[in-house]
Amino acid sequence: MSLLHQLMAKPWVADQIKVDDLYAGGASSGLAKKLALRVFLAVVAVLFMLLVIAYGRRMAYEDWRPSPQLGLLWANTFALILSSVALQWAQFSARRGQMDGMRVGLLAGGAFTVVFLIGQITAWRQLATMVYFDVTNPAIAFFYLITGVHGLHLLGGLVAWGRTAAKAWGDFDVADIRQSVELCTLYWHFLLLVWLILFGLLFMGNNLDILLKLCGIG
Amino acid sequence: MTTYVAHDASAFAPPAEVEEVELYHPKTFIGKYIWSQDAKVIAIQYAITAIGIGLVALVLSWLMRLQLGFPNTFSFIDPSNYLQFVTMHGMIMVIYLLTALFLGGFGNYLIPLMVGARDMVFPYVNMVSYWVYLFAVLLLVASFFVPGGPTGAGWTLYPPQAILQGTPGASWGILLMLVSLAFFIVGFTMGGLNYVVTVLQARTRGMTLMRMPLTVWGIFTATILALLAFPALLVSAIMMTLDVTLGTSFFMPAIVSMGQQLDHAGGSPVLFQHLFWFFGHPEVYIVALPAFGIVSDLISVHSRKNIFGYRMMVWAIVIIGGLSFVVWAHHMYVSGMNPYFGFFFATTTLIIAVPTALKVYNWVLTLWHGNIRLNVPMLFAIGFIFTFINGGLTGLFLGNVTVDVPLSDTMFVVAHFHMVMAIAPILVVFGAIYHWYPKITGRMLNDTMGKFHFWVTFVGSYAIYYPMHYLGFAGVPRRYYAITGTDLIPASAHSVNVAITIAALIVGAVQVVFLYNLIWSYFKGKPSGGNPWGATTLEWQTPDTPPKHGNFGATLPVVYRWAYDYSVPGAAEDFIPQNVPPAHS
Repeated sequence: MSLLHQLMAKPWVADQIKVDDLYAGGASSGLAKKLALRVFLAVVAVLFMLLVIAYGRRMAYEDWRPSPQLGLLWANTFALILSSVALQWAQFSARRGQMDGMRVGLLAGGAFTVVFLIGQITAWRQLATMVYFDVTNPAIAFFYLITGVHGLHLLGGLVAWGRTAAKAWGDFDVADIRQSVELCTLYWHFLLLVWLILFGLLFMGNNLDILLKLCGIG
Repeated sequence: MTTYVAHDASAFAPPAEVEEVELYHPKTFIGKYIWSQDAKVIAIQYAITAIGIGLVALVLSWLMRLQLGFPNTFSFIDPSNYLQFVTMHGMIMVIYLLTALFLGGFGNYLIPLMVGARDMVFPYVNMVSYWVYLFAVLLLVASFFVPGGPTGAGWTLYPPQAILQGTPGASWGILLMLVSLAFFIVGFTMGGLNYVVTVLQARTRGMTLMRMPLTVWGIFTATILALLAFPALLVSAIMMTLDVTLGTSFFMPAIVSMGQQLDHAGGSPVLFQHLFWFFGHPEVYIVALPAFGIVSDLISVHSRKNIFGYRMMVWAIVIIGGLSFVVWAHHMYVSGMNPYFGFFFATTTLIIAVPTALKVYNWVLTLWHGNIRLNVPMLFAIGFIFTFINGGLTGLFLGNVTVDVPLSDTMFVVAHFHMVMAIAPILVVFGAIYHWYPKITGRMLNDTMGKFHFWVTFVGSYAIYYPMHYLGFAGVPRRYYAITGTDLIPASAHSVNVAITIAALIVGAVQVVFLYNLIWSYFKGKPSGGNPWGATTLEWQTPDTPPKHGNFGATLPVVYRWAYDYSVPGAAEDFIPQNVPPAHS
């Protein structure tokens, strides 16, 4: 039943009471975890949305100096896509009961994520050595801030990934591990999506016009 | 004769098993009461911490009032101290007391009990949430002891002045404040995920969303607001921290400070204001919505009448929650904005008055022809309605750009927001404590002390804030250490300030009676039994009082009716608990 439908219910009316009495009560803990992750992703989405809007607002000022382009980010993006694909493979295998395939997918997913994070740090260092580097330049400060926040979310994800991997190589309950893999995969896909938006809008050439339109300023 | 019950019982579905959850069972004292994973214990931990830090903020308000009432009398209050008191008082009261108490305290205690769950869905995360909150509080307290003291930037922490030399606490205080806020938000997010998922996934059989008591609706909606609004504060806190520590210029424009050109350039202070108020306005409703919910239940229980317009009340909560995200810039009318922008925000602000007024009418209509029992919780609930109307009406003044501009940054604003989001919610907090204390401890709070506490607090609050509106009209600015030596302010304003200070000292002091009552009644109070108020909701139907770990004994309750079956015609008693099955004719 949709939320809107439920909000229309009149709990004091006899016919509604018959319907309400059929409500079965607490769902499984599995669904609870999935819901909790989704709510959390909504919170993270708001966080990044605000960062993008802040960036866009700042970009609209006349004295905006764009940050130099870093070719390395393309390679990093590719690594993150691979990690998402690998986890998708792990989820696919777990659902089919192929535990070896799941382990390979998990391991590859974690490895590509580490490659991505090392790549990001390398990009930070590249930028820091360039002549353009100026900490008071908002474009550069935003670059460090936003990639840093994104990287921290991936690091947090790696903690959950580590717990899942530890389970996958120990004793495990099939339904349990399948759920853990599914949750990891959802999280990774989400962070990949966030990264693609950040990279596409903010760090890949001058998309000021699009950004301003999105923020309702242009 | 057939027994008439609230609804047609013929098509009553037999209860199915309610899925049981495994609970963590602590063995030691420390596991039970310190590192506890039981939502009820965590609630009490939250409440004690919040009230403890709230008392600090109360003392700070005394110090401010002493300075305003008797300027040039107290040598230990200098202008820097004064600004620090203002800042810390505001921040503590809004975030560390009210937000934590309503959501962490009442949310933890009431959500599982009221929806018929054994505990929160993720008890471990819930425990961590409290400890992170405590750490945030300790960081905040630490800022009193660092060189330079706590920040004096005002609770809004507006840059650039918040981090410029010359503002009190610009070196250490502001950093500790920002880091403490960040930790608070992380801790809250853990708790908030729990509240939302518990309400959505852990309700017992028969407890549909529209059978939930309004208390749960209020806390649930406020939690969603907080989850979506706090990221804005987190982002601005991180960005300002970087401006302070690494010299970035997110919010810092090119600026000359104390005769020196600073390294900052190109930042936007207005950007901070937008981020801050994108959090700050929903924050008002994060505090108000739980109060709305709780007061609805108090009024219904103690007037022995179902809440008037339950469905409307739920919708109003949800609509207010939604609207609260599109009004933030009414805090920024004087920061320089496009007139159309101001027009938009004035309109949305005034629209919020519609669902809010609807709630007020429904409370009054619930009281209408009710069997009103003027006990202490009810007194506080009715006191809330008066106060909230007063504060809400001055909000209509300030929501209009043309009226706001001359009143901006005067004591009128201070009077307005204290009425609407300080006194009003705190009256609900008191009412709720008097109401649920018997369930938490098994004993009633002393009635005489309670009534004394109510009348002094209620009348005293009006003695403080009513005259303050006139100070605002007279042009007395807020956040000023002293207003001596100017012809702008009439001399009578000083007499008013003395009166307000005396009232504030009395209201503050009478809270000692309340604290004493809490402790005295814990040992000597009259035993309450399981359901002293004759309430219908599930927390009053537990087999043990106080409820044990797991809340409901061997089997979870099954819900057959909404939360407001009071004074049902033909029923044996004037209330029918939610878990009483319909009687067959």
